Amino acid sequence: MSNLAVLPIILPLVSAITLIFFNSKVNISRKLTQIFSVISLLVSCYIVWKVFTDGTIILETGAWVAPYGIILVMDSLASLLILTTNLVATVCAFYAPHAGLEKKESYYFYPFFFFLITGVSGAFITGDLFNLFVFFEVLLMASYGLIVLGGGKVQLRESLKYLLINLFSSMLFVTAIAFLYAVVGTVNMAQIGERVQEVEQQGILTTIGILLFFVFATKAALFPLYYWLPKSYIVPNPVISALFGALLTKVGIYSILRVFSLIFVYKLELTHELFIWVAGLSMVFGIIGALSTNNIKLIIAYNIIPAIGFILLGIGTFTIDGISGSIYYLIHDMIIKSVLFLLVGVIVYVAGTSDLRKMGGLIHYYPVLGWLLFISAFVLAGIPPFSGFIGKLLLLKGAFASGHIAIVIIGLLTSLLILYSIMKIFIYGFWGDKQMLGNLEKKSTKGLIAPVAFLLTFSVLLGVGAEFVYPHIDSIAAYILDPQIYIDSVLKE
Amino acid sequence: MEIITSILAGILFATAIYNLLQKQLLRIVIGTALLSHGAHIFILTMGKLKTGQPPILTDGVSDYTDPLPQALILTSIVISFGVTSLLLVLAYRTTKENNTDNMEQLRGKSNE
Repeated sequence: MSNLAVLPIILPLVSAITLIFFNSKVNISRKLTQIFSVISLLVSCYIVWKVFTDGTIILETGAWVAPYGIILVMDSLASLLILTTNLVATVCAFYAPHAGLEKKESYYFYPFFFFLITGVSGAFITGDLFNLFVFFEVLLMASYGLIVLGGGKVQLRESLKYLLINLFSSMLFVTAIAFLYAVVGTVNMAQIGERVQEVEQQGILTTIGILLFFVFATKAALFPLYYWLPKSYIVPNPVISALFGALLTKVGIYSILRVFSLIFVYKLELTHELFIWVAGLSMVFGIIGALSTNNIKLIIAYNIIPAIGFILLGIGTFTIDGISGSIYYLIHDMIIKSVLFLLVGVIVYVAGTSDLRKMGGLIHYYPVLGWLLFISAFVLAGIPPFSGFIGKLLLLKGAFASGHIAIVIIGLLTSLLILYSIMKIFIYGFWGDKQMLGNLEKKSTKGLIAPVAFLLTFSVLLGVGAEFVYPHIDSIAAYILDPQIYIDSVLKE
Repeated sequence: MEIITSILAGILFATAIYNLLQKQLLRIVIGTALLSHGAHIFILTMGKLKTGQPPILTDGVSDYTDPLPQALILTSIVISFGVTSLLLVLAYRTTKENNTDNMEQLRGKSNE
């Protein structure tokens, strides 16, 4: 039964390989993609149910005992993230046929899509640091393929930069693993945790921790290392941007959460204090970027950075409120960022431009689209009935309790400006005279709106149904704060 | 011995970063190659360079070198090999499409 843990990796991998053979038959590829992604979604639902009733599923690949083989750890946090990943993937699979990908679909779009999901799922489940590196590379390679698909001038230029920065940080990751291996003599995360605990993170270990943080912060786009993100995320097709915005940076922040709640937790005043300041600066600089531009794709891309900052803030405070806020916000943000990227994709498609100054009056033609954007702006900013609110409330409560008043104020102001930056799209793009789009014919949004609306309902449910969701998140946070449970369940001593 | 290889890896890192900060695209690609060499030498060094037989099981040998770093390096080599070949093709196409291999000119305009 423990083989269940490997299914989120195997299913997309098999799907990707199958789809390579149906490459030139676009209609079959589309149908197969939808079928496969729905199957993955159902399987991940079952896994979540199984994990929450029976506890963590641990798979020792090849029946090698814990520290010697690769271990896949499907705990409550990983299973929830797998479910969210598959949800986003399914929605993207239904959105993609209408997204105007044109010829790109027959250039291995769908295999790349599933390889990306494979990498992301693997990175969430693995219990081995070098295996995490390998899954990082799997998802990055797929993302290189997706980001450059189409090969326009701008696209080539920005993907080159994206590839270079990721290659650099991957090599730093390898170096960091080498250092860690020299000190503790293992790459299994549970055993590293145990051995770091024995020496209470003395000597060089904190330095290695910070080096790992640097690597993951580059992947997750945190304050001094976010400069590669905004431009490279707006060049590909909206479906691809949605997948990137929902999944890639979140894998980085998830790795920070894992490593700094399991391994490096004995010098909190040094590492976690640093996180709080990095989080605050990410919020400030991210939102400045979002306010500085009239390009609607760029506004959404910049909004990723403060969201990552919020999640890091919870990790930094390292209290039960902070961590549960982080987890809540992580899941909420994966959903809402893909919703926003997909919506913006529709807006750019119907308005024919991504420049806010050239739009106006769209609500007269596309009322559903307008109100969907309106609701998602509220969800993103954290207006009470929606999901952004509970996460942010918990995060700020945690930060307040640990005495970081300045960060709480920055967080609240950032939320206000996030609301403003999205409302700007609504006000300038949707309000205004009907005449402003006089020379523009009405385009059909068939098949584009329904998947986005479906995904947005989950955002709303996550907020309205907080009574039901919150106790589970709270128990995950309690589990995360006690690394001994993870170590014991993996090493079974 | 570890000190010598550490210094070598350090030199590789330094030249790699110097090359990454250049304007010409091909120099940057060379920089990434040097960077991965540095990282791989680091893994080998960090697994301790104590003398011993190659990690192949033979009768009568009790002293082996550490096999794990070698497997890690092998994995990392093929990965960086794949990425480097993609990078080279990408650099070629970028240069063709944009008519320049100068990173200063590949910066792009503020609103496009």
